This record gives sequence, C-alpha cells and structure tokens, in this order.
Amino acid sequence: MTQVREPGPVVPSAASSAPSGPGAPPAAARRPPVRPGPQRPAPLPIEFWRSALGKKWVMAVSGIVLLGFVLVHMIGNLKVYLGAEAINRYGEWLRELGEPALPRTAALWIVRAVLAGAFVAHVVAAAQLTALNRRARPVGYRSPRDYVAANFASRTMRWTGVIVALFVVFHLLDLTWGTANPKFVRGEVYDNMVASFRRVPVAIAYIAANVALAIHIFHGAWSLFQTLGWSNPRLNPARRWFAAGFAAVIGIGNISMPLLIVTRVVG
Amino acid sequence: MRIILHIWRQKHRDAPGKMVRYEVEDVNPHMSFLEMLDVLNERLIERGDEPVVFDHDCREGICGSCGFVINGIPHGPLRGTTVCQLHMRHFKDGDELYLEPWRARAFPVIRDLMVDRSAFDRIIAAGGFISVPTGSAPDGNAIPIPKEVAELAMDAAACIGCGACVAACPNASAMLFTGAKISHLGLLPQGQPEREQRAIAMVAQMQAEGFGACTNVAECEAVCPKNIKIENIARMFRDFITASWTRRPPVERLGGAG
Amino acid sequence: MGTVDLDPKVPPGPLAEKWDHHRFSVKLVNPANRRRFTVIVVGSGLAGASAAATLGELGYRVELVTFHDSPRRAHSIAAQGGINAAKNYRNDGDSIQRLFYDTIKGGDYRSREANVYRLAQVSVEIIDQCVAQGVPFAREYGGLLDNRSFGGAQVSRTFYARGQTGQQLLLGAYQALARQITAGTVRLWNRTEMLDLVVHDGRAVGIIARDLVTGELRRFSGHAVVLATGGYGNVFFLSTNAKASNATAVWRAHRRGALFANPCFTQIHPTCIPASDEFQSKLTLMSESLRNDGRIWVPLKKGDKRPPNEIPEEERDYYLERRYPSYGNLAPRDISSRAAKMVCDEGRGVGETGYGVYLDFSEAIRRLGRRTIEERYGNLFEMYERITGEDPYTQPMRIYPATHYTMGGLWVDYRLMSTIPGLFVAGEANFSDHGANRLGASALMQGLADGYFILPYTVGDYLASTKLDRVRPDHPACREAEESVRRITARLLAIKGRRTVDTFHRELGKIMWEYCGMARNARGLEHALSKIPELRQQFWEDVRVPGENEEVNQSLEKAGRVADFLELAELMCLDALERDESCGGHFREEHQTEDGEAVRDDERFCHVAAWQYQGPDQRPIRHIEPLEFKYVIPTVRSYK
Repeated sequence: MTQVREPGPVVPSAASSAPSGPGAPPAAARRPPVRPGPQRPAPLPIEFWRSALGKKWVMAVSGIVLLGFVLVHMIGNLKVYLGAEAINRYGEWLRELGEPALPRTAALWIVRAVLAGAFVAHVVAAAQLTALNRRARPVGYRSPRDYVAANFASRTMRWTGVIVALFVVFHLLDLTWGTANPKFVRGEVYDNMVASFRRVPVAIAYIAANVALAIHIFHGAWSLFQTLGWSNPRLNPARRWFAAGFAAVIGIGNISMPLLIVTRVVG
Repeated sequence: MRIILHIWRQKHRDAPGKMVRYEVEDVNPHMSFLEMLDVLNERLIERGDEPVVFDHDCREGICGSCGFVINGIPHGPLRGTTVCQLHMRHFKDGDELYLEPWRARAFPVIRDLMVDRSAFDRIIAAGGFISVPTGSAPDGNAIPIPKEVAELAMDAAACIGCGACVAACPNASAMLFTGAKISHLGLLPQGQPEREQRAIAMVAQMQAEGFGACTNVAECEAVCPKNIKIENIARMFRDFITASWTRRPPVERLGGAG
Repeated sequence: MGTVDLDPKVPPGPLAEKWDHHRFSVKLVNPANRRRFTVIVVGSGLAGASAAATLGELGYRVELVTFHDSPRRAHSIAAQGGINAAKNYRNDGDSIQRLFYDTIKGGDYRSREANVYRLAQVSVEIIDQCVAQGVPFAREYGGLLDNRSFGGAQVSRTFYARGQTGQQLLLGAYQALARQITAGTVRLWNRTEMLDLVVHDGRAVGIIARDLVTGELRRFSGHAVVLATGGYGNVFFLSTNAKASNATAVWRAHRRGALFANPCFTQIHPTCIPASDEFQSKLTLMSESLRNDGRIWVPLKKGDKRPPNEIPEEERDYYLERRYPSYGNLAPRDISSRAAKMVCDEGRGVGETGYGVYLDFSEAIRRLGRRTIEERYGNLFEMYERITGEDPYTQPMRIYPATHYTMGGLWVDYRLMSTIPGLFVAGEANFSDHGANRLGASALMQGLADGYFILPYTVGDYLASTKLDRVRPDHPACREAEESVRRITARLLAIKGRRTVDTFHRELGKIMWEYCGMARNARGLEHALSKIPELRQQFWEDVRVPGENEEVNQSLEKAGRVADFLELAELMCLDALERDESCGGHFREEHQTEDGEAVRDDERFCHVAAWQYQGPDQRPIRHIEPLEFKYVIPTVRSYK
C-alpha cells in the first residue's frame, strides 16, 4: 500500500510524490513545493514592475498624475461659463505655454506625452493586476456573496475604469481631433463644446462617463494613499474626505457642462 | 433550533466537489458552530456516511486552524470572531447556511472544508523572522521600545494565520497576512537590520504562491477574527517601495581567514 | 524490556554550578560533522519548534514532524497569561534562587532539585532570546519590559504579551524555525502524525508517521528522536487542551519501553468557563491573571438563585480570601480548584448547572476604573462574552475548574533523555520540572528552556559520545514498526461497530473526571480501574470508524488517539491508587487535614513513580526514582 522511501526532500512544506499502489487516490498527492527566496534578479524597473506591489505603486503614481490632469482640465473647461472668448483664449494659452523658452505647443505635447504615459501605465497595470487576481481564484464561491466592508466604488473599479477609458477615446475623437464631431472647427473650443453637447445622446454619454469617473475617483483617491503607505487612524478620515470631495468636485464640475448646455441654459 | 446546511463536499484535491444539503435538528443555541458540526458528524457516522472534514483545534480562536465561509462571509457573520467561537445563538431557527472552504489558487482544497494553507508558512519562511541565533541575544531591556510601538507591533502580531483575509478578498490576496508580519517585525527596533530584505522576499514569495493583489476594498479587515488593520498593508507597501528603490545590487565579497 | 536504569544522572557539585558543570562536561560535535547527524523532532509547540530551530542552527539535520497543518497551530499558542523569568526587573526580591524555591514548593516537593534550578537559571536567557526575536512583550511607558504577578507568586516576574503570550512566544519560535527551513537545515513535515517509535539495539532510531492527507506511512530514521508532543489532558475529554492534543506519540514510545512517570499528576485549572451542556466539545480557559483583580465568591446560603448583583455583600462568601488570608484569590491552582469544587459540592455553586463560582470585577472596576480593567483584560472579557453571551463588566463571570495541564509524562533524566537511549522528551510531554503541580506561567518557561537551551547541549552530547550507525528506513526494525502501525489501523477500520469514537471518548472522560479528577479516593479509583478495561474492550469491539486509510480520515486519527487514551487512563488510575498520599494536583481524599488541606507523605512517597509497560492488558511495573532535597526542606505547603 505504501512505498518504502526516505522522507522527500522538500522545503518548506512537506510534500511527497503520489503514493502508488491500489486504493491510493492519486489525486490526493500534495502540491509541489515552492522554494522561497528572491527570484532571479532583474534590472530594478523590471523587477519592480513584475511585483504586484510595484504595479500597484505605478497605478497610484499615475493615478495622481491623472487626478491632477482631471482637476486642471475641469478648471480650464469651466471657463465655458465665462463665455467663448475666455475659453478660447485659454485654449490658445495652452498652445503657447512655455514660450518663448520652448517652441509653440512643445509644452503641451510634453504634458500630453506624460498624460498618455500615465494613462497607458495605469491601464496596463490595471489589466495585468486584474488578470493576476482572476488567476488567484480559479474556483469561485457557490453561495451568494455578502460583502461586509467593500463599497460599490471599490468593487466596480474595473467597470468604471473601462467606462472612463472608452470615454476618453471618444472624448478625444469628439473634442480634440473632431472626428466624432461633424461641426468641429479647430481652435473654436466654445463652439465645439456647444455643438457636441447639444446632441442629447452625447450629453448623456458625457454625464454617464463622468458619474463613472467620480465613482472611480471616490475609491482611487482614497486608495492611492494606502498604496503609497500613508495610512494611519489620524490621517484616514481626511483621506476619506479628500477622496469624496475630489470626486464630488470633478463629478459636479464636469457634469454641469453637458447638462447646462444640453438644457440650453448655457450657449 | 433547526438549521439547514449546504456544505461543500469534495473527496480530495482533484476530485470534483458539490454542495450537499443537510438538516440538523435540535440545535442548542449555546453550542458553538463547530459543536453543531460535531453533532452533524456524529449523526452522519451513525447512519453510515462520511463525516464532514474541517480543520479545527484549539476552539478558543487562537490557533487559526478553523475557518470556512458561511453564507459568503469567512468565519460567519460575527465580526472579530473565528468560527469556533461563533455560537448558534447568533442564528435563527430554520436558517439556511451555505458552508464553503476558503477558495484561492494558493489554498487548494484538501477535502470538504479543509484547505492547504502551507503557502502562508512559505511566506514566513521567505523572511518573516529576525535572525537571532539562540543564545546570542542581548538583555531583554537593552533596547527600550516605546509602549505605543510595542502595542502597534502586537496589534499586527496578533494575526493567527487562519487565511480568512484571503478567503474574503475578491482577489484572493494575502496582503493582510503578509503585511501584518512585515509590520510586526518592521515596527520593532530588533527587526530593522533585515527590514528591507524581509519586505522584498516575503512579497516575492507571496506572489509566487499565486495570491492576488490588493484593490483596497478592505474586506479582509472586516472579516479578520483578530481585527488586523489594513494599515499594515500600507506599511508593507512603504517598506517594499523603499526597499525596492534603495536596495543595492548584491556584491560578492570574498571571505577568508584572518 | 531490559533492565531499567532510573539514574537521573544529575551532575556533581553545588546546585548552582551543576548546569555549568554539565555544559562543560558534555562532549561536543565538531561543526563539520553535525550535518551527518539527523535528529527527528516530533511536535512543533514551544519545545519542539525551539529545539528544532536551535538544533538546525547548530548544523544538525532536523526532520520536524507535526500533525498540524502548520507548526504555528500547536497548542502552546493558546497559553494566555505569561512566562516567568527570574529577571528581578522589579527589584521586588526575585532571584534565581527564589524562582527555584517557588517552583519546588509549588510542585509540592515532587520534582528534581537540579532540574528545577536549571530551569530557573535559563529562564533569564529565554526572555532575552524572545525579545530579540521580536516578541512584542508588554512594555512600560519608559520602554522597558512590564511584569505582573501571576498565579501564586509574591513577586512580579511574569512577562506577558496581552493575553496572548503563548501565541507570541510560539510565533517567535516558529519564525526561528521558518528561518532554518529556508536555510535547509530543518525539513518540515506537516499534517504528518507520529504513530510509532523505532527502537533498534535498545536505541531510538526513528519513527513511523502517517501522512494525514494521503494515509501513506513514512519511515523516518535518524540518530536521535525528540518528542515534544505535549500533554495528555484530553484523556478527560473535556479539558482546555486543543481538540487534537493527544498522548499517542508518548504512549507508543512508552509501549516501546520508555517509562511513564507520575501519570496521575494532572493539573486542574481554576478559572475556566463552565460547561454549558452535553454537546460541549472543550472547555475554555480564562487566564489566571484575572485572579489578580477579580474576587472569587459564592452565595453563603445553599441554593441561592438570586442574580449575583442582588446578593448583598454580607451574604457572599469570598471563600479563598477567608481561608487563605495571605494569598487570597491568588492561592495556587490546585488549592483554588479544590476550594471551588468543595463549595459547589456543598450546593452553593452558581449558574444553571450549579457547577460554577463567581469571579467578580466590580470592586476592581470601582477602584481602578473600567479603562484600566479593559487595558488589562479586555480581550479576555470579550472572549468570555462571546462564549457565554454575558457581559463581565456588569455581572460577575462564572468560572469552574477544568483539566489543563499534565505534570506527568515520559520519565527523563537530567539530560531530558528517557529510558530509551536516544529518545529525548521535552516540554509538557516529559514529567520533569513541575512536580505534582505547576505554577502559572511556568509551562511556557519550561518548554522554551528545554528547546532552546537544554536539548541542544544534551542531544549533542549523546550524538558525540555514542557510536551510532544510521539505521536506514528499510531496516527490519523500521519495517516491523511500520507493520505494527498498519495492523492497528487495519484493525480499527475493520471493526465497523455501532458507536462513534467520540462516544467512547466522552464516556472515558466522565469516568476519569469522576474518579481521577480533582479529588480521588481508593474506592473510586478501583472502580475506575474496573470500568476502563471494559470500556476499552467495548471500544475494540464496537467502534465505528468510517472511511479508509488512504484519505483524510479524521475519525481514524481520533480512533487511534482514543485507543491510546483508553490505555493511558488505566495507568493514571493505577498510579493515583498507588500514590497513597495527597500532593499538589493529586488529592487523595483519605489524606487531608480537617479543613481539607492536602497531606503529603514524604516518608513513603518522596519519589517519582515511573511505570514500565508490560504488554497489552498486563499490569505495568512501578519503578521508583527517589527524590532528595538537599537545598529546600520539604515543609507543609501553606498558603494561609
């Protein structure tokens, strides 16, 4: 029934090869051992990226960059309420930023590159982590799941993230490149916005996407502190307020524009 | 009381499993949950069935052996409590309960509600210790430790390694467990010399075991029978990031006598 | 079963120098040769984990076998109160000498002076070691280690980590062990249960263990075997031990020739949560430290069923304070336990069952404030409330004694070696240091002393001074032992009777608690001695063990353990009957003073009784190791 053998050399869990012989369930064999210890060293950024914690850190840092962008972007766009001239001048200022040290639009392109990098890093890290997390639980629970602490925002990050990412593509096509906006005229920021938001389905899409964005921020802006290691009972209430406040400001500010334009209060 | 149970039955690691329905009559509200399962098992054996296998030992909530998911919540509905300390008075007559093992790739089911948690041992073995050869320690009072620091370390050290955090995490992540050990040792002055190496090694082992990554949903903290805080995960991040960016490449230094 | 050598091999010289002398006289193994020696350590509690870690660190090859899924689950983890050490950080008169004296006296003069002195000596190093490992002991605001007084001690020498001292010490040892596993010196065999000892040429050379996942039997062979498998309190079924704690490893070693010493010395812990019903699977201990601030009382009148808060002060009987004015609620465990039994037997017990006494914190809460009490005992109060559903801040706790620790165990000499050369026994599994009664916070101390500081010397000495050929796993002695294990397993599975293992265990527990529990008498013990073999016979005829060997089979595991308890129980009763005196945890009703105090008989029983197995259903032979007291004069233990 059993084999004569010396204890199998395994570190650290005792494992053995499957017992042979009749009646022995081959399936009950123990899992092969995993030897602890540092893995093959790789250059620092690669090693850092390989780690789930490294990816999380990249998500937090890129998240900060994107949060900063979202905030500045909103502040800039709110000039729509000051009239066509104010927002068009703002658009022009963006292109002139950095002059005369830098050629025209150079600074804008640098910012765009950084943002694109942050966006790509954020999405790729999220995708890879999601894949990792899926692998971590191949067999799910059969019974309905009762969440104890997780809130709606934290559970739906992947969905709100995907919605926001798709929206960003559409938004670029709509108001940056104009492909998705038949009345698009380069440089006429105010008119472009009004033309775009007057289309009801587009306005709804903008509103929905910004709701998703606010929900995403509600968890993300809280979560990034945790990932950066800033978590303690004195700080934590402030983190919650910060995240809620940030999400509310962005949500309200961004939603107000399509809402007021589609309802013809503005424009 | 009468309790209806749906229990995951799986004969061995690679066997298919299924939920099986049992009814337990005459449940006394003073019984602990495991005592109720004891009663079920006695009846199963008497009628010639195989009893439900589950890990348990001290039944005082400290050894960390027991644990399964009751209606989607590891260790059941009572917070800060292991399933062995959960009493039937918290349930109602006629309640229908679904019992499942911890589910994670890193915790393969051994049988029924019993899982293999040796991944945790391997994470500790990767660096969850302070290297202090027996006999070489300085006097216990040689290094004063602020009371607050000792208390924080104790908060983290209270982890019983039951695995509920992994079971509760939507991503089957072991960061609360690993973070608690990294925090415990990293907070204490004795743990400083190996602090960075420890964080790197334990994090690497955690990932090699196939655990998922944290999405900060804090479900682990909510079900932890010892109320370990996710603050410990933040400390792990801090240590890991500092260590990652400041670690020097390994240098081979030749030894020799004299 | 050759001749029996009960020479304790105590080193010569004055008491305080014996350990030094011994350490100098031991033979050392050359560091380069150590890896050629394999030591099998069974059990991963404080003693086993610390021994395995330290032996591994020294360079020996260690095979660590534990039936738990992880070494960290061993029952040492449940110890709450603390660990003693003669540090005298409080400047309150403690010293090695005093810890030694207290332990000898607490053990009611039934332990070996030299062992106890050594224990007190190394206690100091244990604290240092644990602090360095990162054990988060409680601290003062100045950052230095805090101490408290504990269970019958008049000095504050107990170090603690909240109510989880055992957990933290075990994690320290487990982490040291984990380090050695990574270093490759220790191999860990979890979910693997030792079922027999392999003896060849009169020496312990290996063990047979069952893989609890696959049912496979494994032969481990080595040069020495260390058993650190804990105590046998579960013979009572209801005890504070973990459900799986068992005597199988020591019992099977006993059957292979290791003498079993003082099996009747069991400790009843006075502060446990009373059993509530028939289904109770185990009892939960509340740390004895509660007695520092709680006052124990029962109603003066019999059958007083009023709620505690309605019983006025003058109608309460603070019986410990009344009977033992100088120690009061801190009287040693055996005395407090018996006093509780006595008042309950008088009909003054509280709670539904009448088996309970109050432990009341209202006075302490008034004096110190609720906050202080929360700080000191918060987690214990929470645990009590979780289990009973009652709030101890507003109504007194109910407590009752329960079996907690077994002082008896395999006989060992000064080197912790049993009567089988090469078989070392450490921690609760041996009989050594606590005599007839263990003081609070001393079990952790002994486990770690054995593992960290004693075995590494004495095992090395054995390996260095003995010519040992490694017995290969396919040696006939190994095969014979494996065959014998296989026979037992097959027999258990083949009975297919009507009763479950637990019903036998419960029945045995009732017999033992009734006749061999807190108070014993000759008639009761003789009765038990007639009942136990009957029960054992029924067990072997009618037990039902479902399933097969080649799978996870918890019923089979239990059956093997209960089978051994059924034999051990008989030996306990026999020993209790033969020890015709009262001492420590062993209270013979025939030997008490008028007010119920134990009466020792130093003339006839100042010795260790070590029993030699003679085969199934054969009466074992009682051997004697006389105890000499050169430094402490045995007196009547008085805590008045």
